[in-house]
Amino acid sequence: MHGFANPARFLRLARLLTAPLLISGLALAAAVLVWGLLGAPAERLQGESVRILFVHVPAAWLAMGGWIAIAVASLTELVWRHPLAGIAARAVALPGAVFAALCLVTGSLWGRPAWGTWWVWDGRLTSMLVLLFLYLAYIALADAATRDGQSRSGIPAIFGLVGAVNIPIIHYSVLWWNSLHQPPSLSAGKSEMAAPFLVGLLSATFAFSVIFGGIVLARMRTILANQQAEARLRRRAMQAADG
Amino acid sequence: MSGPIKAKHQRLILVLIALAAMTGAGLLAAWALRNQASYFYLPTQIANDPPEVGRAVRLGGMVEAGSLKKGADGVTLSFIVGDDKSRVPVQFKGIAPDLFKEGSGVVAEGRILPDGTFLADNLLAKHDEKYVPREMKDMTEAQARRKVKETR
Repeated sequence: MHGFANPARFLRLARLLTAPLLISGLALAAAVLVWGLLGAPAERLQGESVRILFVHVPAAWLAMGGWIAIAVASLTELVWRHPLAGIAARAVALPGAVFAALCLVTGSLWGRPAWGTWWVWDGRLTSMLVLLFLYLAYIALADAATRDGQSRSGIPAIFGLVGAVNIPIIHYSVLWWNSLHQPPSLSAGKSEMAAPFLVGLLSATFAFSVIFGGIVLARMRTILANQQAEARLRRRAMQAADG
Repeated sequence: MSGPIKAKHQRLILVLIALAAMTGAGLLAAWALRNQASYFYLPTQIANDPPEVGRAVRLGGMVEAGSLKKGADGVTLSFIVGDDKSRVPVQFKGIAPDLFKEGSGVVAEGRILPDGTFLADNLLAKHDEKYVPREMKDMTEAQARRKVKETR
């Protein structure tokens, strides 16, 4: 793992992978979503509105997976002081926030026809909204630390770990508490979904995950490039002051 | 133990202790919220511990099959919401969501009347976690279950 502590080696790999990940992810996502709109069957109760499943559920999973990634990266940063861990966590935060927002928006659009309401304050919806706010707070904290020249500050990492408490709450909210949102359709080795929905959902999740990976690599490269540019400027300013 | 602990291990132990404490705090909070964070009362809860008459509450459960009746005015619905143990009669005047039907879940917002009837101002449909294509809906429950099982 510390083989990638050398940013040059990481950058070589990231440069190689970014474009293929983004292109293949976008192509696959487009194919799955077109199938979801035109090819997928209508659902017995929900009819055509079930098609939003192929965006809503992958967005929800990736928003939660994104925070798990932030927590793991934060742990790595705090304990092993891995130089890329903090950068990875920062790179995940923005796409994670976008997926959390996408999950909330598509959920709201789905809730109107399925439940008869745009929004309710039940456990699942509320804890998912909290996740979006956690992402926004993490982005603000990390930006503030970078602006103050303390890009090695441990505060965003601590926040990333503390925020992970919300992830099991989101998952269990529909099991611990009565909620309008239904319990999970998929659990270990068990699916309450018929094959076309399940296959479409897993394909869409794979496609969105590939896009997510491409975005994270691209953002890590941006953050590293910014750090290098800043270091170079600082060096030059010091040379100018010396000379 | 031989020698001083490495700084790396010290940090790891500290972070793990902090994580355990946080998880414990989160679980305790979730446990304390188990009644307050629920979105609705079940019929059994209403039966065992009726909320005071006129207080705004939500009632959630299954619409009992065969209980749904439409009033003479065409917009008043009366039906029974039940769980395994208890049943609560509900009255509602208005437009119900599309997914509201017998044998399916419902969350009714409203209040208890003195005679024990629940007067709903609003109905929300609560669907289950099953996703079944429309072509399969005319199969019997057992057929559909077999079909779903085949696809697992």
